[in-house]
Amino acid sequence: MSISATYEGVTRRRVARAELTKFRSLRSSWVTLGLALLFLIGFGVIAAAQARTGNDAPGAEGATGYSMALFGVTFALIALGVLGVLTSSAEYTTGMIRSTLAAVPRRLPVLWAKAATYGVIAFVVGAVGALVAFLATSAILSGTSSAVSLSDAGVVRGLLGAGVYLGLAGVIGVALGVLLRSTAGGISALVGTFLLVPGLMALLPDSWSDAVTPYLPSNAGASLYALTQGDGALSAGAGLLVLLGWTALALVGAAYRLKRSDA
Amino acid sequence: MIEARELTKAYGQKIAVDGLTFTVRPGAVTGFLGPNGAGKSTTMRMIVGLDRPTSGTVTVNGRRYADHPAPLREIGALLEAKAVHPGRTAYDHLMVLAHTHGISRHRVEEVIGQTGLDQVAHKRAGAFSLGMGQRLGIAAALLGDPATVMLDEPVNGLDPDGVLWIRNLLTKLAAEGRTVFLSSHLMSEMALVAEHLIVVGRGRVLADTTVRDLVREAGGDAVLVSTADPVRLRSLLAGPGVEITGRPGSEQLTVTGRTPREIGFTAAEHGIPIFELTRHEVSLEEAFMNLTHDAVEYAGRAA
Repeated sequence: MSISATYEGVTRRRVARAELTKFRSLRSSWVTLGLALLFLIGFGVIAAAQARTGNDAPGAEGATGYSMALFGVTFALIALGVLGVLTSSAEYTTGMIRSTLAAVPRRLPVLWAKAATYGVIAFVVGAVGALVAFLATSAILSGTSSAVSLSDAGVVRGLLGAGVYLGLAGVIGVALGVLLRSTAGGISALVGTFLLVPGLMALLPDSWSDAVTPYLPSNAGASLYALTQGDGALSAGAGLLVLLGWTALALVGAAYRLKRSDA
Repeated sequence: MIEARELTKAYGQKIAVDGLTFTVRPGAVTGFLGPNGAGKSTTMRMIVGLDRPTSGTVTVNGRRYADHPAPLREIGALLEAKAVHPGRTAYDHLMVLAHTHGISRHRVEEVIGQTGLDQVAHKRAGAFSLGMGQRLGIAAALLGDPATVMLDEPVNGLDPDGVLWIRNLLTKLAAEGRTVFLSSHLMSEMALVAEHLIVVGRGRVLADTTVRDLVREAGGDAVLVSTADPVRLRSLLAGPGVEITGRPGSEQLTVTGRTPREIGFTAAEHGIPIFELTRHEVSLEEAFMNLTHDAVEYAGRAA
């Protein structure tokens, strides 16, 4: 038996390192990150290629090169959000949570570490993917009327905004997994929030819908990377605040469940 | 040292653990024995903070488990064979746990060697047999080199090789001076390794005793005598601290407080023929059954 000389204790940093190792050591993490990149870059390239050959991509009418480049954000959001859900829901479905919480019985550091490590990963993948998609798209479109360049006003901020949106969506996924403790439940809640609820807004009276819609996570997120704000949409700064609010709300719910319920 | 005081856990109407008070003393193997559904696993989960007690407290080395700065160094627990993500290798699983405490890679390799996982350390845990999964759970429990090791039904479902391996490991851990707290529903298994016993049924402590006392209380030192003259032998053997029972008309007596040797001499001195003189061996299993009989019946009806 070797008892090491230093007294080893749980610290935030160490829990974050453990969470990073958890993430790294699963094949599904890499596959899903790859898919997110593929969606982000692939859809941008396809949209641009379609525009180049004169067949406008669906919904690409009047689209600038910038919005074509970010055509894949919603698809990447699903991949990164689902991976976020899995990162935490799989702890429960596999029983790993018992090992995790026996090592970190204060519990909340696990949630913060998961949210932080995965949030950074999803942000980096999102921002890099958006940048690559933009560069590829602008290469394809160079010389056409839709040509854009990195030096255009707001482009760099917008690409970073897309990364932030995807990163926060990943954090919301992590929180939903801890809150619902089920992969199916977490994914349904995620897809419902980001894809279905915006469509349901049409059922509300116009005045209500106009008041509520900009504040939905998906619309707040879209205003984060929009180059020009549409009518009634939030500014990028307001969108960021609203999205941060949603993320905080999901995290508070997850923290409450994690702390209060038996594992 | 584990101390439970009035520890209670209720799931809605069902009371799984009902006011348990016990102490697991350091440096010994303590068995936690009871029929399935007696509340053993729930109690162990409360010890490491996975379940929150409805009332009462339980401390590990004087503090709540969660209040220790390095919990894995206080107590190592094997609760379920599969508290592991099946997609992760055994090595990575242990590294994840080690990272939370800043435990070195060297220590991870050490417990892998100790539990005989070298060959499969880089295979995904999902492909492990039950026995290998159990070894991985034990490697995780030993990771922090804790003074107390707690194992929930460690031999359940293992093949004879696996059972033997666990038995040897427990003996070795105890020999190293560790506190071992071990649950089982099998008395025979417990008798091989435990000195101290906490017997539970229906969520209550039925006995907090040693293996030897449990047997004695169940009538383990009784002697059966068959004789041609039970009435006369009975009066000859009577004395303080001696208890003799027998049915009228039967040639058989059950004597406690006299050894077979004493009974034999007394009978010979007085020329009383004896046909049988047997020490009545109460098996541990029987003693356990007597204790938990009611608890099991109740559980059967409730289920």
